[in-house]
Amino acid sequence: MAKSNKPIVWGLFAAGGTVTAFLLPALIIITLLAALGYVPDLLAYENMQAFAAHWFGKLVLFFIVSLSLWHAAHRLRITLHDFGIRSDTLVASALYLVAALGTIAAIVYLLRI
Amino acid sequence: MSRKPYVREIPKGSWYLRQGRYMRYMGREVTSLFVGAYALFLLLALKRLSEGQAAYEAFLEGLSSPLGVLFQIITLLFVLYHTTSWFNLTPKAMPVQRGEEFLPGGVIVGAHYAGWVLLSLVVLFLAGVF
Repeated sequence: MAKSNKPIVWGLFAAGGTVTAFLLPALIIITLLAALGYVPDLLAYENMQAFAAHWFGKLVLFFIVSLSLWHAAHRLRITLHDFGIRSDTLVASALYLVAALGTIAAIVYLLRI
Repeated sequence: MSRKPYVREIPKGSWYLRQGRYMRYMGREVTSLFVGAYALFLLLALKRLSEGQAAYEAFLEGLSSPLGVLFQIITLLFVLYHTTSWFNLTPKAMPVQRGEEFLPGGVIVGAHYAGWVLLSLVVLFLAGVF
């Protein structure tokens, strides 16, 4: 990775870390409840569809999904280095590619709703 | 430079097993695997939602398999560790200066925890959990 990429990936990492720290526990509790058979009202198809159909809902979902992906991609890159995997260019390219594709996929899915 | 410099052997793949604080560091970093997995899970949920009611409801049904429940529980534990370790680092990442003094770290961490609890309650309330 070129030096000039660092502020961008670091910025996304930090933004993603903050968003996930604040929101993911509550979101996982919601999906865990659904998995346990108690589906919260928001997850009912009509409500979730209406939420994701609204531009504000789209924006919220887009930021949560894409920032989580970029946060995880950057931190996993460093973590793999710490686990003794030294092919950083390959690791970084693969992880950032997944995050980029995931970001594009999120946009496509949201625009289809 | 001496001709035979001393190079301490550090096992590349297992150095973090030596000390508790290395383990906690690795634990904190490994949370990213679960944040990433949950992000992909949300992405799949969006895909199913975009495919219509039948696909989305089949997806919801699929969550309640034992593996699905296990995934949610393990992910929740790791993400809680991410949240607490992230907030505990905030005074180092963004110290707040008031005049000559720095705001005590506990205040910054505490403010994050308070905001987190409040926001979580709001999200859970809006989602219809209680």
